[in-house]
Amino acid sequence: MSELIAYLIVGIATGSIYALAAIGFTLVWQTSQTINFAQGEFVMLPAILVLLAVKLLGVPIPVALLLGAVAFVLLFGVGFKRFVVDPMLPHGVLPLAIATMALAIIMKEGAKDGFSAEAQSFPSPFPSDAIQILGTAISLQFVMTIVVAFATIAALQWFVTRTRTGRQMQASAQNPTVARILGIPVERMVMLTFVINAALAALASFLISPIYLAKFSNGETIGLFAFIAAIVGGFNQVRGALLGGILVGIFDSLAAAYVSTSYRLAVPLALLVVIILVKPEGLLGRKEERHV
Amino acid sequence: MNARTDFAAVGQGAPRRALSRIDPALVSIVLAAAILWFAPVGMGRYGTYVLTLWLVMAIAVMGLNLTLGVAGLKSLAQAAFMGIGAYTVGILTAKAGMSWYPAFAIATLATFAMGIVVGFPALRVRAHYLAFVTLAFTSLVWLVLRNEEWLTGGTFGLSNIPRPTLFGARLDDALSFHRFVVVVTMILTLAIWWLLRSPWGRAFLALRENPVRAASLGVDVRAYTLLAFAIGSAYGGMAGALYAPLVEFIDPSPFAISASFFLLLMVVAGGSGYLFGPFVGALLGVVLPEWLRFTGGLYLIIFAAIVLLLLIACPKGVLGLAEMLWARAARLVRRTP
Amino acid sequence: MRTWIIGGALAALALGSPVLAQDKVKLINVSELSGAGATAGTNWKNGIDLAVAEINAKGGILGRQIEIVHYDTQTNPANTRAAVQRAIDEGTYAVLGPVFSGPIGASMQIAQRAEIAQLVGGEAANLTAQNNPYIFRTSLSQTAAMPKLAKALANDVKAKTVSVVWVNNDFGKGGRDAINAELAKVGIKVAADISTEQGQADFAADAIKVKNANADAVFVYLNEEESARFLRAARQQGIDKPIWGETTLLGAKVIELAGDAANGVKGHVGLSVDAPVPGLKDFGRKFREKFNYASDHNGIKGYNAVYMIKWATEKQKKFDKKGLADTLRGATIKVSEEPGILMDTVVLKNGDLDRESFLAEVKAGKQEIVAVLPPVGP
Repeated sequence: MSELIAYLIVGIATGSIYALAAIGFTLVWQTSQTINFAQGEFVMLPAILVLLAVKLLGVPIPVALLLGAVAFVLLFGVGFKRFVVDPMLPHGVLPLAIATMALAIIMKEGAKDGFSAEAQSFPSPFPSDAIQILGTAISLQFVMTIVVAFATIAALQWFVTRTRTGRQMQASAQNPTVARILGIPVERMVMLTFVINAALAALASFLISPIYLAKFSNGETIGLFAFIAAIVGGFNQVRGALLGGILVGIFDSLAAAYVSTSYRLAVPLALLVVIILVKPEGLLGRKEERHV
Repeated sequence: MNARTDFAAVGQGAPRRALSRIDPALVSIVLAAAILWFAPVGMGRYGTYVLTLWLVMAIAVMGLNLTLGVAGLKSLAQAAFMGIGAYTVGILTAKAGMSWYPAFAIATLATFAMGIVVGFPALRVRAHYLAFVTLAFTSLVWLVLRNEEWLTGGTFGLSNIPRPTLFGARLDDALSFHRFVVVVTMILTLAIWWLLRSPWGRAFLALRENPVRAASLGVDVRAYTLLAFAIGSAYGGMAGALYAPLVEFIDPSPFAISASFFLLLMVVAGGSGYLFGPFVGALLGVVLPEWLRFTGGLYLIIFAAIVLLLLIACPKGVLGLAEMLWARAARLVRRTP
Repeated sequence: MRTWIIGGALAALALGSPVLAQDKVKLINVSELSGAGATAGTNWKNGIDLAVAEINAKGGILGRQIEIVHYDTQTNPANTRAAVQRAIDEGTYAVLGPVFSGPIGASMQIAQRAEIAQLVGGEAANLTAQNNPYIFRTSLSQTAAMPKLAKALANDVKAKTVSVVWVNNDFGKGGRDAINAELAKVGIKVAADISTEQGQADFAADAIKVKNANADAVFVYLNEEESARFLRAARQQGIDKPIWGETTLLGAKVIELAGDAANGVKGHVGLSVDAPVPGLKDFGRKFREKFNYASDHNGIKGYNAVYMIKWATEKQKKFDKKGLADTLRGATIKVSEEPGILMDTVVLKNGDLDRESFLAEVKAGKQEIVAVLPPVGP
């Protein structure tokens, strides 16, 4: 029993990390039908930018974190929307999705050639001491990651439903035509989601990298799990990403424990297939009325 | 190569007027095969190998072009079908000592049948959800190839896969195997060309443009969706069945999910829905990176940047761009007396 | 397309040109510079670059400068084959690389057919078991290290049961198969056999599984950053049993990344910049100066590969491709003859290497050599 609890706890911990990477994914999908196959790389790169700033400019860590985040949001929030998404969106979902694959290659290879092919340790804002929860050791880094993930999602949920800008954003996502008639600056709202996505990716990057190390290839694994998490949870719902992430984390952990370590990946994938066949809009998702 | 691109644009884009008797696409398929037959002369084994690899990948992309570009199904399973084809041939020829031809037939039938099984969800879910189901399928196939070492050789792969023989003559050297692949590719391209002109092909197109309307016109949506997916998958299997003897070694890595993404990239970058799109796409995906090697360590970044810029400039791919330019040129010609 | 054909023609011309061939010797490295093997392949490449720079600065091989070219395999068999074929078509003197055994398996027949020596970084046992006289390792094979480890686990640790944690790629699977066979021979039971994925980020579940298996010792066979992640997770879950490993686990990179979690780790070390061998220490320093990080064993392998070619060429006193392989086969390369080989090395008939290795322990963030193990052969 205590064993099962241990697996559940570590599953929730890793799941919340996937959730953090998955939220931005659902956001940009909602407002602009962008399936971002580079989402994993979006989580990989900010940490590399920070290390690069430390190496090249010699600035202290907090300054580097700020510089890295700002540079990333400008490049991959504003720049991505302006120079990749905008010209391609009128031509449908697929060419854009393919373009993000090419973007993923550029980001990955760029991080490798421009920085290092080696994994790097990344400074943590939290101590790495472990605390005991129900007899399972879990590091404070993990606990803080979970706390931040929940807090972020709560804040986002509040922003979307309770603030004027947030509601405008949601209106732009659900029905751009009507939103425009009502005088909502739809374009600006869509841009806002891309900025939020990039900022969330940077946040996820800074939280994950102390635990998982910073490496150019990290995006592959994180991207795949974030992707599964978003679909399982329902990728037109922000809180769906949280549920999806945690479910995927738990399934992954239990698979390693009780199924087979070499077929571990198959279990979250099976979950994905079942969800799509039974409830394609995801566990918390709304039915899509948009005809794609 | 340029001639082919123009021909494709003619065949697809320009209205068929005087050339009603002889289809320009048919002419260009045969002509291109003839050129490719002789192309490697003086090119060395490396050049020949890359040309052959290009054709093999083009077959896989052709299959995906049918499911995606023609029938409108977004599949991320093509690399898995390639893997199933390659491993079927690899196991049957290298391990069981079977000749390549029956192994090729079994690989084709197996992937066709698998296509029907995997295509089934396509009936329930359309659009991007199919992509997610097939993504899971590809990952599962990869896991089986990696884990079942007794059958597939696991991470160590299968080595010494023999090349086929033809009327008793061995096709071991690069040039004769290349010519063998040229002939197979030509036959498979002609088959697609024929299929697209047949009533089936028209039904596929109707399916992509408007499934509801297609159904109301009496197209059996369910059957045609499955058929498009299964034929596309079988092309993936056939490409795999040629890939294994070409490389003479297979391991799970070229059939992972990233390869499925890459195949999709080739379809779209070449021009989805065009008969010759797969060849242009595979040229971009296979030959361009090889050619860019002269740029040194950054060649993959340069490659991805070219693809990204190409897609931004023309989301309909190279042949979409060619068609657009052709239409513009034709208008210009008509305006000037 | 036309440019490409012209490029090919130019390459063919360059091949035929005797003037170019006179003052330079062309070496082509085909390694994993992108894809799953990028970290290993980049280390290997850097080791080669360091060796080539040194040799060229001292006047080259037999008076000829080395011209080094690197081709990427994308860790994919088809691309590897293309690159090796290209290297041979372009007249490389020997093929360097690749490092992963999948890509090696896809390309070794080509070098064999062309009768060109191929010096690879692969450690998997099966590579030298195929009667290919043109393949040469640059390190000990997995089968050479594992008996030493199994013996140490049985005699020093007095373990009855061991949990084995391995990465499910060709490197890890080969190592796992080899250690499990050796453990069975010395009567140790495998309590938990845990496969992990390459690039796996989270090892908490694996660590809990190891903890619950409660074996007398843990044997870890993972790539660098995965080793570090596992060690951190293991310490967090309070695993206090001895953790043993092979070369990678005790490497400088793992120690740097894992921090305190690496302390107390023991194991066998084939090639290490921390070994008490002047040549290896010296190499480690030069590598760090040039590339600004610590080399792993793949860096040493790449460096060794170039010096093996240099030694054999000077031995045969000419640039004969087939002769290079013939000279290397069965050779004994001594540091006194060629300092760049770093340690006295015997090249066996099948392409395997035999030489000294070490038992080491990580103490206070430093790898310390506990014992020097003699070569297996006489």
